[in-house]
Amino acid sequence: MAEQIARTLYDKLWDAHVVAGQGEARALLYVDRHLLHEVSTPQSFEALREAGIGVHRPATQLAVADHAVPTHDRGSPIGDPQARAQVALLEANCAAFGIEYLPLDGPGQGIVHVIGPEQGFTIPGITLVCGDSHTATHGAFGALAFGIGASECGTVMATQVLWQEKAKRMRVRFTGTPGPHITAKDMVLAMIGQIGAGGASGYAIEYAGAAVRALSMEARMTLCNMAIEAGSRTGLIAPDETTFAYLAGRPRVASGRAWEQALASWRMLASDPAAQFDREIEIDLGSLAPQVTFGTSPDQVLGVDEAIPDPATASPAAARERLAHALDYMDITSGRPLAGLAIDHAFIGSCTNGRIEDLRAAAAMVGDRHVADGVRALVVPGSDAVRRQAEAEGLDRLFTRAGFLWRDAGCSLCVAMNDDRLPPGARCASTSNRNFEGRQGVGARTHLMSPAMAAAAALTGRITDIRAWH
Amino acid sequence: MRALDTLRGRAISMPEADVDTDIIYPARYLLITEKRGLGRYAFHDRRSDPGFPITDDMPAAPFLVAGANFGCGSSREQAPWALADLGFRVIVAPSFGEIFHSNCFKNGMLPIILPAPTIARLHEAARAGAIFDLDLAAGTLALPDTGPFRFAISEDRRQSLLNGWDEIARIRALHADDIARFETVQRKAAPWLWTTEGHHD
Ligand code: SF4
Repeated sequence: MAEQIARTLYDKLWDAHVVAGQGEARALLYVDRHLLHEVSTPQSFEALREAGIGVHRPATQLAVADHAVPTHDRGSPIGDPQARAQVALLEANCAAFGIEYLPLDGPGQGIVHVIGPEQGFTIPGITLVCGDSHTATHGAFGALAFGIGASECGTVMATQVLWQEKAKRMRVRFTGTPGPHITAKDMVLAMIGQIGAGGASGYAIEYAGAAVRALSMEARMTLCNMAIEAGSRTGLIAPDETTFAYLAGRPRVASGRAWEQALASWRMLASDPAAQFDREIEIDLGSLAPQVTFGTSPDQVLGVDEAIPDPATASPAAARERLAHALDYMDITSGRPLAGLAIDHAFIGSCTNGRIEDLRAAAAMVGDRHVADGVRALVVPGSDAVRRQAEAEGLDRLFTRAGFLWRDAGCSLCVAMNDDRLPPGARCASTSNRNFEGRQGVGARTHLMSPAMAAAAALTGRITDIRAWH
Repeated sequence: MRALDTLRGRAISMPEADVDTDIIYPARYLLITEKRGLGRYAFHDRRSDPGFPITDDMPAAPFLVAGANFGCGSSREQAPWALADLGFRVIVAPSFGEIFHSNCFKNGMLPIILPAPTIARLHEAARAGAIFDLDLAAGTLALPDTGPFRFAISEDRRQSLLNGWDEIARIRALHADDIARFETVQRKAAPWLWTTEGHHD
């Protein structure tokens, strides 16, 4: 009997959504929820228009503008005409197709992956997609969530299903007790460093271990968010009491009897003890230092106290070239430690680290210090709700008094599609998720790290080992 | 969708590993809401690098031989759209970013995964100007003097490309009943997923 076979959480989520199959490996999966943003959907709506098709279940779709929006002067029209047109197009498309749009100047606005959970749109047990590769964020709730392209966004709107290849299963266990400044960001960067930027390609990751259970929902989202930086579309954490407590009473979550029914079903969402994974990874947190990237791929990462590797010792030749190219782009010499490297920009925000706990962690570093001379530091809340919460706690005043710029919610310097762009050669301590060439501006150099580490870098003007700081 | 069955032509060699979608299609051009004519932005910030294979006056080539993890990073479908606009129909690499890989199929493009030693030979052949020969029905890629190299592809993906099927139309034609049946079951089993629609019953 099928139900006697031990299954992983991924298998359970997959099995519960198969509409039609082609054997084990490929299935037509039902999609319960779709998040839309302005950048990946204009062509999807256009495809529906050309085919003369409407949206199958508009109530399962939720749209918001985040990528291209300015993070200042929200009251006035968007300055960049292309961005203005793109945001207006999303709003018009949503109106035409009956999809709810959270307005730019309203309380629900924010980065797709921050507002989904906030709104209770993201819940355990569902399939959730978005035209964005960081959709794995929602896997923190025990949802099968993955990024798709614009064509598939159109397919989901029109049909509520997608053909998907089943991934292999990988379990990443975090062991040991992390030191005081080690966050989910350090955990996931360490994992990417260990298995490589393509290391989880073809796998669905499930994060496990006592250190994961101990994480808040915000931190779990950080952990799942960066699964794609290891090549995996899906990061998962089994839901538990922390998950249910986070969701209770959220706007779009069921209440009363429906909530009780949902809870009963959600409690079954865990890998069976005997379930087999195709690959098991273990990461020891006991000796982990704060992680900082030094290159142009997220797997080029080190403890802040470690020395930059020498391309001459790398092999094979391709690895040597890749490392040499990265060090050249980053203008950084091998042998020196990351700590002490001067930065001139800092960015605290993004769907990786733009939630309230992240801002609190950054604020905790500030004290009575001031942003270092010559450093431009930006704090961009992940959503308007995060902004309001932070302001209620006085974090905005603390940041601005220290010389940080306090902004409205959006993707901002994570992707540099709005007017927050770095000049060529700039070096940025960033809490975002990609240190790709040109990601924060043509020729700009990105070092990924946790919010507290980025705040410390802004305050000292250098990449700083915060363990030695307090 | 444009059908693809057999294809002959030159290949461009880009052996660099981890060429991400930000390199293929820089984010600032994502503000454009069209999907045609994006080739001019492809690899925009790399074109002036010495030795970079994509240039304003490169020879026409329908094949791109790439490095490991090609197309990693974001889900932007502008990456395959821009490559298609440059004339590429087939990309061969040891591995791909998963979303990029899946996006290719939606646009009549074929990503082929072959083992690294084979890819190394293909890079050499591409640099030597060899004519590549694809036979999708047979699942092979050949060079004038070597091959054919057999590649794996799921049968429905092969048929979709061979026939140029439109995915939405095909799902609606073949699976409308499956979808309706699934929804009836889920509505009973997981009513909390249907509360919004429930008001209209
Ligand atoms: S914050 Fe960055 S990674 Fe997240 S959705 Fe926005 S652009 Fe993508």
